[in-house]
Amino acid sequence: MSFMQKPKVSHSQLPRNELGLTVRDYEGSMSTLCAGCGHDSITAAVIQAFWELSIEPYKVAKMSGIGCSSKTPTYFLSQAHGINAVHGRMPSIATGANAADRNLYYVGISGDGDSLSIGLGQFIHVLRRNLNMLYIIENNGVYGLTKGQFSASADVGSKAKKGEVNQQPPIDPVIAALTLGGSFVARSFSGDKAQLVPLIKAGIMHNGFAMLDVLSPCVTFNDHEDSTKSYAHTRQFYHPAVHADFVLSKKPIRTAYDDGEAMPVELHDGSTVVLRKVSKDYNPTNRAQAYSYLHEHQKRGEIVTGLLYIDEDQREMHDISNTVSEALRDLAYAELCPGNAALEETQNLYR
Amino acid sequence: MPSRSNDFVIKIANVNGTGSASANGLLMKAIFRMGIPVVGKNFFPSNIQGLPTWFEIRVSREGYVARSGRVDIMVAMNAQTYARDLADVSAGGYLIYDSTWSRDKQLARDDVTLIGIPLAQLVNAQFENVRARILMKNVCYVGALAALLDIDMDVIKQLLKETFADKEKLIAGNLKAIELGYNYVKEYCDCPLPLRLEPMHATDGYIMVDGNTMAGLGCVFAGATVGAWYPITPSTSLMDAFKEFCERYRVDRGTGKHRYCIVQAEDELAAIGIVLGAAWNGARAFTPTSGPGISLMNEFIGFAYYTEIPAVLFDVQRVGPSTGMPTRTQQGDLLLCAYASHGDTRHVLLFPADPAECFHFAVTAFDLAERLQTPVFVMSDLDIGMNDWMIPKVHWDPKYAPDRGKVYSKEQLENMQIFHRYTDNDGDGICYRTFPGVHARGAYFTRGSGHNRHGGYTEDAADYQDVLDRLRRKHDTAKQLVPTPVIRSKKGVKTAIVSLGSCDGAVREALDVLAREGTEVNYLRVRGFPFSQQVEEFLAHHEQVFVVEQNRDAQLKSLLLLETTVDRNKLISILHYGGMPIDSRGIVSGISDALAKGAAA
Repeated sequence: MSFMQKPKVSHSQLPRNELGLTVRDYEGSMSTLCAGCGHDSITAAVIQAFWELSIEPYKVAKMSGIGCSSKTPTYFLSQAHGINAVHGRMPSIATGANAADRNLYYVGISGDGDSLSIGLGQFIHVLRRNLNMLYIIENNGVYGLTKGQFSASADVGSKAKKGEVNQQPPIDPVIAALTLGGSFVARSFSGDKAQLVPLIKAGIMHNGFAMLDVLSPCVTFNDHEDSTKSYAHTRQFYHPAVHADFVLSKKPIRTAYDDGEAMPVELHDGSTVVLRKVSKDYNPTNRAQAYSYLHEHQKRGEIVTGLLYIDEDQREMHDISNTVSEALRDLAYAELCPGNAALEETQNLYR
Repeated sequence: MPSRSNDFVIKIANVNGTGSASANGLLMKAIFRMGIPVVGKNFFPSNIQGLPTWFEIRVSREGYVARSGRVDIMVAMNAQTYARDLADVSAGGYLIYDSTWSRDKQLARDDVTLIGIPLAQLVNAQFENVRARILMKNVCYVGALAALLDIDMDVIKQLLKETFADKEKLIAGNLKAIELGYNYVKEYCDCPLPLRLEPMHATDGYIMVDGNTMAGLGCVFAGATVGAWYPITPSTSLMDAFKEFCERYRVDRGTGKHRYCIVQAEDELAAIGIVLGAAWNGARAFTPTSGPGISLMNEFIGFAYYTEIPAVLFDVQRVGPSTGMPTRTQQGDLLLCAYASHGDTRHVLLFPADPAECFHFAVTAFDLAERLQTPVFVMSDLDIGMNDWMIPKVHWDPKYAPDRGKVYSKEQLENMQIFHRYTDNDGDGICYRTFPGVHARGAYFTRGSGHNRHGGYTEDAADYQDVLDRLRRKHDTAKQLVPTPVIRSKKGVKTAIVSLGSCDGAVREALDVLAREGTEVNYLRVRGFPFSQQVEEFLAHHEQVFVVEQNRDAQLKSLLLLETTVDRNKLISILHYGGMPIDSRGIVSGISDALAKGAAA
């Protein structure tokens, strides 16, 4: 980590977005993670994505659980409210916050320990609720803050720094999200910003639960030889299946792509994500096909990445609950209190 | 035997899953409609079908609401518990049984009058359907009791009409079953019995309702918009009620959209997390649960205390420890809730005594939670939550406005230089908060890790202690804000009872009994924690204080010893913790014995 205070200097030559803000306006405090940590690259991608989307920083609520990954919300969007929940319980905090105000942008940052071990139940249930949020798992296969224990995403045969070999099968959040009915399932790599930024943007704009698993090597405890979550291993077996381009325009720019290869998917707000498939037989709107493709490639040890599945029609929590469009927390009390006549009427039923 | 009107207990022994609850409800409601004070206690198993269940109706001219400990009329519908039920009847009482089948002649008592009515035979002759036969046998004994006790048949007919307003066909069937029992008794038995009902006007302006229903209604009136829960007996009906009232009053007439959001969570850990997320984001949010749920929520409760997020928890207490007896009542979670979670934590508790206070304290809980920015527990129990109580109708002050506490608005944030979340600007330990999405200047980071008064992360001893000491001051501020105790006292009386919650009915009856025996005892009912100054003063003014509560470990007494300056030698526990609601007898004998011993010494 660095002990230098980061000065907030606005360089006049920095590009500005539609709101007139520079990327610096989307930053947070200085990271206290290890130098070279994959998480810091993800933070940078999150900053870039929100800046490119021209979202007012204070219209975002950022949240996390406990662990190295969960420290990162302080490193971006310092003008947004943030909350650091207890370990593995960020999904419930996000559910409540979203219940109170459906009109903010919600971004949750979690890790493989936070989401796949202690918080597996909450992760699965928030996905099942299809809560409208972006949920990033910064996945490094290891517990950093407690110094190097395997996490539930560690691959069989992967070796820990002290030599121990993992024997238990991993929990893959992408497979889990696909089989449990996730409406937006994506995987990326902290070292591939070009792929990551559009995926984050699409996830923010997706109307429902956007699960983005990001392989994010731990340079201190899990970046050695024989680790399957190292930079070297990830780069070697990296297999992008779908490239996503996020287009804010209401009109999909289809001309830029070859028809057979590109697949525009219109998002809820009218923006578009254009999927460019690397493999012709891959269909990111077919859950079963996506699953078998992943399964086949994972058997060969490949790490399949991209926007692997999307269903923009799946109803999110408020659509299912039939909640009013305004934020519940902003409703006037007069709209909530039935008043004395109603109280009398109701009590008469108990005579 | 001389007639004894409007003062006796009917107990109905049955098998659960046979529809007896609606028959028993009909009987109790009919007595209530005759203007006679009545209270019902349901003793049911943690089971859906086939186990013994009892319903006890106390008719009390004086309006006593606790159990009396007597059984004057037993309706023995369950062969499995027949011997025990017969043994339960008080001397001089009656036992009604189904004489369709032969009875074990060994089972008889000289001091109990047996009344045989061929209920199954009567019903089977008139109803074909097997399920109807089971249900109508219960309705039939209501008809028999109507004749025996002199219940106004018009009242019963009217009740049936209202109950089955949209199922006309059921009215005729039920009425037929009632008449079968009624006519049989009229023809073959001496009626009415010396125990009988005489119309009064003592229930005007009253309703019969359970505490969970009134708490759910209170949440609607308090303006709660987010409810999260995991089903657990005996709290489930609270969320059912909230949902029902929201469907009635919170659905937009034009669009059909809901002005509320209820989330059935995967467990209690998530339920409290959802409440905290919603409250952090500015909504009034609550969760109903019971002891096991509170145990699971502990980590998040400490988080809410330390990060200062308002939350309302209803703990409808049941018998512990562990799974305990889920359908029996206790006040066993007082210490659990007062100091829930690891580290130095302390919480605000409210103690309602009946369904009316469940309504009012629900509203108070939201006001206090937001004023104090901390979790508030409404400590109900199974007896209050699930049994029907006779309470005066509650009234609503149309001038009421929710106390949202100290929240900076967009305009206030616009006009300030800098915002810090945890600075004590007013000296009462309560800081100002902001809601997400309102203004960039209001942004701060909420963390359960060590933080300083500015909301920044810290591992510095002085900065950490600064916040922790302020939280203690804030808790002291709560002493002036919680509901004040209810005190019934006479000057010069040096003996007193301190109690809480659902003990109230039994304590009040005990006070009357003791007064009739010439023993004057004062009474204070605690309604909030931390204890207000009046509690301290009341303890100081008495030489001997009996602490009446429903748990084994004297948890209220423990709290009084920990949190007031009372001399421990003054406090004598009267404890009741078997799972049945407390009655006055143990209180009267506990006090009489102690006083006699004191006099002898």
